[in-house]
Amino acid sequence: MATQHSRSAAKLMNAPAVFLLLVWMLVPLCMTLYFSFLDYRPLRGVYEWADGFENYARFVSSSSFTDSVLTTLIMVGGILMITVIGGVLLALLLDQPIWGQGIVRILVIAPFFVMPTVSALVWKNMFMNPVNGLFAYLWKFFGATPIDWLSQAPIFSIVWIVSWQWLPFATLILLTAIQSLDSEQMEAAEMDGASALSRFAYITLPHLARAITVVVLIQTIFLLSIFAEIFVTTNGAFGTRTLTYLVYQRVLESQNIGLGSAGGIIAVILANIVAIFLMRIVGKNLDN
Amino acid sequence: MGRITLKDVTKSFGETQVIPPLNLEINDGEFVVFVGPSGCGKSTLLRLIAGLEDVTSGSININDMDATNIPPAKRGLAMVFQSYALYPHMSVRKNIGFPLKMAGIEGAQATKKIDEAAKVLNLTDYLDRKPGQLSGGQRQRVAIGRAIVREPDAFLFDEPLSNLDAALRVNMRLEISELHHQLKTTMIYVTHDQVEAMTMADKIVVLRAGNIEQVGSPIELYKNPQNLFVAGFIGSPKMNFINGTSALEYDAHTIGVRPEHLRASKSEGVWKGVVGVSEHLGSDTFLRVNVDGIEDGLVVRAEGDVELYHGDTVYLSPENDSRIYKFDRNGQAI
Repeated sequence: MATQHSRSAAKLMNAPAVFLLLVWMLVPLCMTLYFSFLDYRPLRGVYEWADGFENYARFVSSSSFTDSVLTTLIMVGGILMITVIGGVLLALLLDQPIWGQGIVRILVIAPFFVMPTVSALVWKNMFMNPVNGLFAYLWKFFGATPIDWLSQAPIFSIVWIVSWQWLPFATLILLTAIQSLDSEQMEAAEMDGASALSRFAYITLPHLARAITVVVLIQTIFLLSIFAEIFVTTNGAFGTRTLTYLVYQRVLESQNIGLGSAGGIIAVILANIVAIFLMRIVGKNLDN
Repeated sequence: MGRITLKDVTKSFGETQVIPPLNLEINDGEFVVFVGPSGCGKSTLLRLIAGLEDVTSGSININDMDATNIPPAKRGLAMVFQSYALYPHMSVRKNIGFPLKMAGIEGAQATKKIDEAAKVLNLTDYLDRKPGQLSGGQRQRVAIGRAIVREPDAFLFDEPLSNLDAALRVNMRLEISELHHQLKTTMIYVTHDQVEAMTMADKIVVLRAGNIEQVGSPIELYKNPQNLFVAGFIGSPKMNFINGTSALEYDAHTIGVRPEHLRASKSEGVWKGVVGVSEHLGSDTFLRVNVDGIEDGLVVRAEGDVELYHGDTVYLSPENDSRIYKFDRNGQAI
């Protein structure tokens, strides 16, 4: 019964929550915006207005900016590729009737529950360590020289660690999508003479398009701000400095809050551009 | 050619046997309807013939070739599913053309076949639409179109009309029958609706719990049901069954009289009862009459303008003793 009266009552009831959310979001954003126009370096006791867009100009013109944007894109792209392709394959596998299906599914989801910092440390120390890591043992077992993953293939290593964390998410969403596929459609395709591979290409994959879109969108939003994995593994060295990490360095390592805030605002703008761009390309999958 | 023979076919899911040994012969060009209540195994039987389920034992021959272990696509059969199972992301043209594409037929040859099928099914104007933009009846026709282009030896229909509304169902029933006359291809049709079975079939196979109860033409089943189940299943409204003394008069455990073979009179007759609910259809009136000693009462077909109403006393008598069906203690016809 959405009468005029109950509608305005509903608005009134909603107001506190909406207000709280708005404040929660707007205050930090406005503070960052405000700081970005300041020359604020607490350790030197400087706190004054910056020269217009000086902070922005400095942040963008530094050579590390373009590098960090590129690194971010490569990382996000790599992780998306691994999680989507791996997720589809894993989902197909988990959709098969197997013994102990419930337990296997829970195990598959498990990495998602591990904190990013912890999983990155586990990978760094237990797998990728060139002396004690499991990979080092494996390499030595086959008579090869162990690779120091985090310095020799740093971006790949981080992509791998983050992919490991996000694969369960992709798998889970894609698995539910696969399970919602009408079995009669598959049978019809089988009767129509489609091989297993063409059934996958012509029936399963188009059916998954929407779920893949959702996975890509959600993951992109979260992956643009990966931080912990870089922090505990390479500390931003060896060309693994993403935009988020650069902002962190400007604020905490250089103690330049004005410059960092400007970087933060730029990151927000870039993330929005990526989001709009993504929505345009893949958003049409969400229609109908 | 489309001759299908089932020899001692059984099917078990785990421990439960859904189809006990079953033999059936389907001749070329026949329109065969599998009919039975839900859960009687008719869809399973169809899926066994299609190859979507593997038989537990026995063999299936298609055109005198053992097809028991041949994959579904190679059996030369086409199936129309209850949910239509159209590919939602493909246009009607691509849906119909999918089997051709899978068979490696493309280009002008495929286009010609698709256009022909679309013409037969009145789909020409809809070829570029997606299934989501079509009505139920049109989707059904697309599903049939997808089956036609393969030029199969036999069509398999799995309750294809159950998702349509009543008026459309009657329409599609006629269209499928018409299609059968045009193509003269074997068709196997599964339904739980005995009206569909009666109106479309050359041969009806009545199933119960995986067993074939009776096989015959619609009229044969109507006139000579072999047991109580078939007698009760074929005909609408269903046959009246009477036990007890009335039956003993005919030396039977149970006698059956169809509503259309009963006469209602206000003054005299064999069974006296009180009119309960009556259904006025215009052409006929079906009266539900409560009779002492007959548990379910009797249903009688009367004239459309009969002057009998709820609560009236009425006498019923069989039209003719030859129209009375007699059954023994085991439900078999005598």
